[in-house]
Amino acid sequence: MTEVQPETARTSQTGIVRPFLDVRDLKIQFPTDDGLVKSVDGLSFSLERGKTLGIVGESGSGKSVSSLGIMGLHQGTSAQISGEIWLDGDELVSATPDFVRRLRGRKMAMIFQDPLSSMHPYYKVGAQIVEAYRLYNDVSKKVARQHAIDLLGRVGIPEPASRVDAYPHQFSGGMRQRAMIAMALACDPELLIADEPTTALDVTVQAEILDLIRDLQREFGSAVIMITHDLGVIAELADDVLVMYAGKAVEHASCRDVFRNPEHPYTWGLLSSMPRLDRDRQDRLVPVTGTPPSLIALPPGCSFNPRCPYAALTDGKSLTEVPPLLPTDGTAKHSVACHLPPARRRAIWSEEVAPKL
Amino acid sequence: MFSYIVRRLIAAVGLLLAVSLVTFLIFFLVPRLGGATADDLASRYAGKTANAAQTHALAKQLGFTDPVYVQYGRFVKGIVVGADYSTGPTTVHCSAPCLGYSYLTQNPVLPDLLNRMPVTFSLAIGAAVIWVLFGVATGVLSALRRGSVFDRAAMGVALAGVSLPIFFTGLLSLTLFSYKLHWFPAGSTYTPITQNPLQWAYDLILPWITLAFLYAAGYARLTRAGMLETMGEDYVRTARAKGLPERTVIVKHALRSTLTPILTIFGLDIGALLGGAVLTESAFSLQGLGAYAIQAIGSNDLPKLLGVTLVVAFFVIMANLVVDILYAVVDPRVRLG
Repeated sequence: MTEVQPETARTSQTGIVRPFLDVRDLKIQFPTDDGLVKSVDGLSFSLERGKTLGIVGESGSGKSVSSLGIMGLHQGTSAQISGEIWLDGDELVSATPDFVRRLRGRKMAMIFQDPLSSMHPYYKVGAQIVEAYRLYNDVSKKVARQHAIDLLGRVGIPEPASRVDAYPHQFSGGMRQRAMIAMALACDPELLIADEPTTALDVTVQAEILDLIRDLQREFGSAVIMITHDLGVIAELADDVLVMYAGKAVEHASCRDVFRNPEHPYTWGLLSSMPRLDRDRQDRLVPVTGTPPSLIALPPGCSFNPRCPYAALTDGKSLTEVPPLLPTDGTAKHSVACHLPPARRRAIWSEEVAPKL
Repeated sequence: MFSYIVRRLIAAVGLLLAVSLVTFLIFFLVPRLGGATADDLASRYAGKTANAAQTHALAKQLGFTDPVYVQYGRFVKGIVVGADYSTGPTTVHCSAPCLGYSYLTQNPVLPDLLNRMPVTFSLAIGAAVIWVLFGVATGVLSALRRGSVFDRAAMGVALAGVSLPIFFTGLLSLTLFSYKLHWFPAGSTYTPITQNPLQWAYDLILPWITLAFLYAAGYARLTRAGMLETMGEDYVRTARAKGLPERTVIVKHALRSTLTPILTIFGLDIGALLGGAVLTESAFSLQGLGAYAIQAIGSNDLPKLLGVTLVVAFFVIMANLVVDILYAVVDPRVRLG
């Protein structure tokens, strides 16, 4: 209710200084004929400028749905969204669609998974970048075109001055993803969401694209959300990691802790199923058994219980209670949603799981 | 691009020859298969008082006794260099391109066709403008408000539009707007656009709307289905992610892709209509190519029918060629060659 000065715009009405991006209890649900699909169910995380958050999880765990929710791109669909998304002092869930629309492209931008289908086949690559740039920059077509050429050059496209007039189908997969990144960066967004940006690319190009995103983040100081199911990408880029399962965060930790001291059985499963070059080939990979649960009828209790090898150790709690995401050791740095006592989890990790990796 | 067009034009000539041959064979061979002789055919033109010898002489004079390939050759030759027809005391010269000669009305076919083309063109093009504008706009709005009252009402009307025949909607609109309300002329009037553009439009507005109603319905359904599909495309999501206003997203990104298949259908439709909107012209007594074809069928005037058929084929082929070229302009992924 107090007057809010422009320079303290990030201070909300209650006086809390919020992180640059602060997602609180985000729920995104889709009503269907078969029932309510709870794609994202109570997700909370925050992210500062210059930092990278990796979100990992299987297909359908709610990674993409939550990032599209931040971008406001569920508008016009049947999605029901609740919770809070604070971006640089503005709450987006309750904001008007037009307000969020004006933040897109300039404040936050997104790199999509499949660059061929994500670029309009009828417009030249340069024209699509120019379109994004001129939306927020009142410049002549010539200036915008030069900006597009500069961007294409900066994302590593050779001969950008001539490539600017090419159509997306004339680009290779890696070049298209670079162009896609150039388009997302056209207006220097402060939040960059990359939704599996390397999935459609071959391995050598993947590494180049990841390097590119890291370099650009350093240059622009943006906050980056990297959505992936590839733990290698996470290890490469992320500062913090959010492990998602069935629409919920099951583990939230620094990148180092996720690989050195993971505490959630699902995270162990992900690590065990990751191929490693420094192991004998005789050792079979250990997949996470079972399949992801239906988001319409989640298993009672912990959603992971039907697939969890340690569910029996919780005295039946995993079948009845939903485990909250709690800090493991008093600090808020590492949170886990698991019924196993922290000491027990660490013992299982160091004695049973880690030696087999 | 240029060599492509030249090749397509050469192919078009071949296609027209094939159409003319098939039409010629149907019209000139089928009566013979039914047992009619050259003399029987000639008797239709010889008059009631002619005896067998006179009829046979006429059959010879008209060339009906020649083998079919000679007759067809003569027809094609007429198109290229022109032909002379002598049915009575006088000889009529039909200059190239001669699309045949009507023995019944004793005049070459082509001038008739050329006289009637402005009526048919006015009808087809005017209606096309109306149906494209209304059909596409309705389809877009329906798709954007899928399931709304507007969508259901529009699609209901569209279903009626594609189901109701012209001779029903045409007569209904004539009864209502001409005979009852006296808003518009009751057909059969046509003012050339060069004389008085306003009168031209006023005379044609009822036939335009009637014809456009039928086509707009189909285009609305097509556009709606296309828009529903493109609005879910990844590149539309990208356009939104850039922060573009919804209007730009819809018109510049979604509609642009939706229009490509509609362009194809439009080429076929307009090509066929330029050869005569048979039912509409009949319903409104407009003297266009369609009405001409009806009259030719009624009087069993085969040379006229052959001429109309060739003209229709010509327009359909040309419209398709134009569409194929436009396709490459609209969609950069299409390479002509």
